Amino acid sequence: MPLTPEEVLHIARLARVALTETDVQRLATQLSGIIGHFAALASVDTEGVEPTAHALPLSNVMRADEVAPCLPRADVLANAPAQEDGFLRVRAVLE
Amino acid sequence: MNELWRLTAHEAHEKLRSKEFTAVELTRSVLERMAAVEERVHAYITPTPDLALEQAREADARFAAGTATPLTGIPVAVKDIIVTKGVRTTAGSKILGNFVPPYDSHVNEQLRRAGAVMAGKANMDEFAMGSSTEHSAFGPTRNPWNLNLVPGGSSGGSAAAVSAGECLVALGSDTGGSIRQPAALCGVVGIDPTYGRVSRYGIIAFGSSLDQVGPLGRDVEDAATMLDCISGHDPRDSTTNPEPVPDLRHYLGREIKGMRVGVPREYFIEGMEPGVKARIEEALRLFEELGCHVDRDLSLPSTEHALAVYYLIAPSEASANLARYDGVKYGFSDRTGGTMWENMEQTRARGFGEEVKRRIMLGTYALSAGYYDAYYLKAQKVRTLICREFAAAFEKYDIIVTPTSPTVAFPIGAKTDDPFAMYLNDVYTLPSAVAGLPAISIPCGLSEGLPTGLQIIGNFFDEGRIVSAAHAFERAFGWANRLPAL
Repeated sequence: MPLTPEEVLHIARLARVALTETDVQRLATQLSGIIGHFAALASVDTEGVEPTAHALPLSNVMRADEVAPCLPRADVLANAPAQEDGFLRVRAVLE
Repeated sequence: MNELWRLTAHEAHEKLRSKEFTAVELTRSVLERMAAVEERVHAYITPTPDLALEQAREADARFAAGTATPLTGIPVAVKDIIVTKGVRTTAGSKILGNFVPPYDSHVNEQLRRAGAVMAGKANMDEFAMGSSTEHSAFGPTRNPWNLNLVPGGSSGGSAAAVSAGECLVALGSDTGGSIRQPAALCGVVGIDPTYGRVSRYGIIAFGSSLDQVGPLGRDVEDAATMLDCISGHDPRDSTTNPEPVPDLRHYLGREIKGMRVGVPREYFIEGMEPGVKARIEEALRLFEELGCHVDRDLSLPSTEHALAVYYLIAPSEASANLARYDGVKYGFSDRTGGTMWENMEQTRARGFGEEVKRRIMLGTYALSAGYYDAYYLKAQKVRTLICREFAAAFEKYDIIVTPTSPTVAFPIGAKTDDPFAMYLNDVYTLPSAVAGLPAISIPCGLSEGLPTGLQIIGNFFDEGRIVSAAHAFERAFGWANRLPAL
């Protein structure tokens, strides 16, 4: 089932990636091709089969909830693209 | 005294102990080798010669104080997906091009504790998405056996550095074959440990249910020594195994007579090069000569679906993991747009390369409303079938032997225009990754003058057995530490 350019744009919006018109055309073709190779999965009988999220027999591993030091603010902010008064600076989220 | 970079880590360790040379001399030899070949190979994104010499001096002090470990003073390449405090860590991406981590990954802490010397941060496909190291934002790595060919990927920088003598051992990471396939294409040893054997704390996330860090070396002993150093429980990664870790060096030099070897029929498919097939057949005969019971009738019917399962699950996990690169907290940031969303979308459009965007799109699609059940959930259910088939096989066999890659190294640029052709490189390494099982790739000879790799898959946390089998094979075959003329 080929992806339409509209679907590609919808997915790009969900993924927060800007695409050019050329990108949209190329990705529609490439993703349709890749997904087409996965069509055989549909024919596998998985009636009553539980999904595997990861291969280990581990679940709900908890740690003690203890106070511990975190990284110094200056070290964390050292990589920030923009900062002000010890905070990360961003564009307004709500305008 | 010259060309110390040709030594394996265990040979170098013996000579460091007997004071034949110092760690500083060993490191200088590797740095001189880097100066001679790095321009042609491009194994590193960030070489760290000053840090290496500083750590080498510390290593010499540890030898003097009697606190040296098997890795003290050994020059190591560290894949650039591994967070290193104070040393730029890019994951091969422009979006992290200026990121200097304020903390260390668990595995780098372990290397520092052991007294290893970091020669540099190794090149890789961006965010480990690729099988050729051509998807690095910093340019491709070249195969030391033939500079017109790819080294494999995504840990191609690590494999090339080991093979070219630009380090003695290396760390890589394996999500669907990213240690084993480049190890095979560069003629070195690589281990993908059991999922949960090595802490992922400080490993830049790609597919969280699949990612594992592992070693690359010039022989089985070096890879085992390196894996010993990084294995074990870490409270900062809840998926690490809390059980005690066996010392893999105890599994070296063992007889493997009577070992039950399963060879899955489904791996001998169209697309395998005749030269690769011939080397594998010879390898299987050698296992028989070593007294193993080799059964070529093992069937793992879901093998053909592993590629689809992996290329749905890994991109899905990646699309979530890579959501964090928003240009706000660290990394590349485009702030030319009028709104926050525009900035975020432009940051990601310009910061990520083509393959990474393709996989984010693929994963977002597989997780999106209307397609989740048909793709992501279906893939997880077929993953269960793959796991069950391996579990049944390990009731009858001790190890499973397959080729590592269907082909030898291919020319740079040959597959970059066809994403699916690139994905097919991983066809033999994906099934065990999906099942979380440990697997090693070891050299099994040349085809058309280029290295081929043999893969040995083991049961959960049974790294010991695959190391025993690989070491016995390596000794009988006589390949260890063979380096290309470069």
